[in-house]
Amino acid sequence: MNDSRALKFQAAILSVVILMVLLGSWHLATSGGDASAAGGMTAEQIEYAMLMGKDLEVKKADGFPTLGQMGTSIWHHVSNPFYDNGPNDKGVGIQLAYSLGRVGMGFGLACLVAIPFGFVVGMSRLLRLALDPYIQVLKPISPLAWMPLALYTIKDSSISGVFVIFICSIWPMLTNTAFAVSSVKKEWLNVAATLEVNPLRTAWKVILPAAAPTILTGMRISMGIAWLVIVAAEMLVGGTGIGYFVWNEWNNLSLPSVIFAVLLIGVVGMLLDLTLREVQKMVTYVD
Amino acid sequence: MTASDNPYRPYSPTSHLGGCSCGQHANSEEHDAATSASLAARAIDTEELSRDFMEAAAVRALFPLDTTRRDFIRAVGQQTAMAAIASVLPLASLQAMAQEKGKLEKPNLKVGFIPITCATPLIMAHPLGYYKQQGLNVELNKTAGWALIRDKMINREYDASHFLSPMPLMMSMGIGSSALPTNVATIQNVNGQAITLSLKHMTNRDPRNWKGFKFAIPFEFSMHNFLLRYYLAEAGLNPDTDVQLRVLPPAEMVANLRSGNIDGFLGPDPFNQRAVYEEVGFIHLLTKDLWDGHPCCAFGTSSKFIEENPNTFAALYRAVLTSSAMARDPKNRESIAKVIAPPQYLNQPELVVKQVLTGRFADGLGNVKAVPGRADFDPMPWESMAVWMLTQMKRWGYIKGDVNYKQIAEKVFLLTDAKKYMKGLGQKVPEGNSPKFRIMNKEFDAAKAAEYVMSFPIKKVA
Repeated sequence: MNDSRALKFQAAILSVVILMVLLGSWHLATSGGDASAAGGMTAEQIEYAMLMGKDLEVKKADGFPTLGQMGTSIWHHVSNPFYDNGPNDKGVGIQLAYSLGRVGMGFGLACLVAIPFGFVVGMSRLLRLALDPYIQVLKPISPLAWMPLALYTIKDSSISGVFVIFICSIWPMLTNTAFAVSSVKKEWLNVAATLEVNPLRTAWKVILPAAAPTILTGMRISMGIAWLVIVAAEMLVGGTGIGYFVWNEWNNLSLPSVIFAVLLIGVVGMLLDLTLREVQKMVTYVD
Repeated sequence: MTASDNPYRPYSPTSHLGGCSCGQHANSEEHDAATSASLAARAIDTEELSRDFMEAAAVRALFPLDTTRRDFIRAVGQQTAMAAIASVLPLASLQAMAQEKGKLEKPNLKVGFIPITCATPLIMAHPLGYYKQQGLNVELNKTAGWALIRDKMINREYDASHFLSPMPLMMSMGIGSSALPTNVATIQNVNGQAITLSLKHMTNRDPRNWKGFKFAIPFEFSMHNFLLRYYLAEAGLNPDTDVQLRVLPPAEMVANLRSGNIDGFLGPDPFNQRAVYEEVGFIHLLTKDLWDGHPCCAFGTSSKFIEENPNTFAALYRAVLTSSAMARDPKNRESIAKVIAPPQYLNQPELVVKQVLTGRFADGLGNVKAVPGRADFDPMPWESMAVWMLTQMKRWGYIKGDVNYKQIAEKVFLLTDAKKYMKGLGQKVPEGNSPKFRIMNKEFDAAKAAEYVMSFPIKKVA
């Protein structure tokens, strides 16, 4: 026990060191020497420099942002996350809420379909073999490939976004549920059969608890995929969400804002995963 | 607001009602000077301005001769005159009536746009209140790409939209998508595009040496594509085999120019200027130099929307035409740059937008250029413009078989309506419907479209 605590402490130290090294090399890489303004320019040269944004007091963001610019940008977005300037300019908090809402809907629908269906598939070897080729073909399709098809058939961009999350996050849950259900120990099922438990009760009281940890693993993978997909989908469909935020800032070639969004997407993805991990801990059992 | 603040000064013994187009000034020069000055003020309260205008017009109607009006006001004094006129003229209800004009079938509208300066009239109508002036509650939706604009129009998520002007032709003909009869109400902008090259080609300005170049264009069905193809073909290059044309969104054009993935692009502003500002490219030429006054983007909607919402469409038409007229005035350009640069519209540095709109810009090679006509916003949807686009689509194999140029152009480009509404707004309406154009010194006559297509040595069509 003591050992593991010491190890955790060491890991934390190492994490901090890695962060320092990363930030340090970022700083070194971006703090190039400033070009000093040459004196004795002609009037046209001065105007040219001005039109290029060079004579302004605030130095124009040039190339990769420095740590200072990053800090300013992060503060700019974090200090006022919920402003709403009409449909095309909302605070990052609101955008995040839109994205989470879409992920919640798509992922929720996927759960509702994948888990019961996975149960059925898992209990029947015949179905499993019959459906396997379809699942294998549909599983690797990129969300970006689904999008035009969804837009064309559904004829509504926001529903299309939810559909794409649904269709991409359904497969890991489906396969994991099916696998978990099919690999419940025969002895347990036999015991239930001996006790003449009816099938529904068997499913609820024996199979579900036994399969739950593996199902949760599938859900975690699916959630990760849903969160990956939402950014791509929103960049394509636009309007609202963190993906649209990235697109809009990219349209302005504003790297600090894009980097901020990238970090934010990472942190939120981690939090989503942590939540499901806690749920998984609750259903895990020791044989 | 008291009536004495009315900028038209209908109750003043010294004002001129009717000296210029608005009646506020002695002559039109003074009018132009004041228009730009009052732009900011108009933005604050256009409804008030419209009430003022109504009031001035009513008083003018009462006294067709300005001298009579002034004599009357001098004789009885301003206060008495106001009271007397108010007793015979129901100004308040007149003003309300003018606001209404035909009941709006759908006052809440969703309009799509791409964040480029081409959409200037459409965008600025929002912050400056031209939509509201017509009783419309327009929600402008920034859209991620042209294909999405097309899909959202087909899906009826948008009521009207900013288009590349060839798009409504293609959509009406069902080329590249399912068919949706779509109309061009106005051209949004003329000129305002450029060929931007990577800085590494600074000394390689002759297009004849550009074999193997990779160029970016914003969409297949765009004036950008047709103009670039035209330019390259005039230099003896076959755009289908000698160079590579890639469809890229404008921001990616600048990024790809930086990374060296492309050699240049014919793209919309402000991204040409942005490439200069980012110090990755220079402006090789403005499209104005290829065809001065060429159309670029358009404002339009589906024929079905027009059919179902005639009054709403008329109101939208008036708002955009008012906005275009305002955008055409060079004196307004700097303030317009300020209004459309913020995050909810273009999301670009104001400095960049200003250079595009005023035509005084850094060219990326160390020179400051002054080209006042770099961008303009002539709204006339000339039928010959549509015919030219169709000839180029035919030339490059986008449309096969016989094309009834005139018929398609007449059906899609609403020239008659544009003239009608411009007249209604008291704007100057040019004559004709199919003017001839000069593109790189070659004359184009819409009446001889088929011969025109065949007259090019480099083309895809046999």
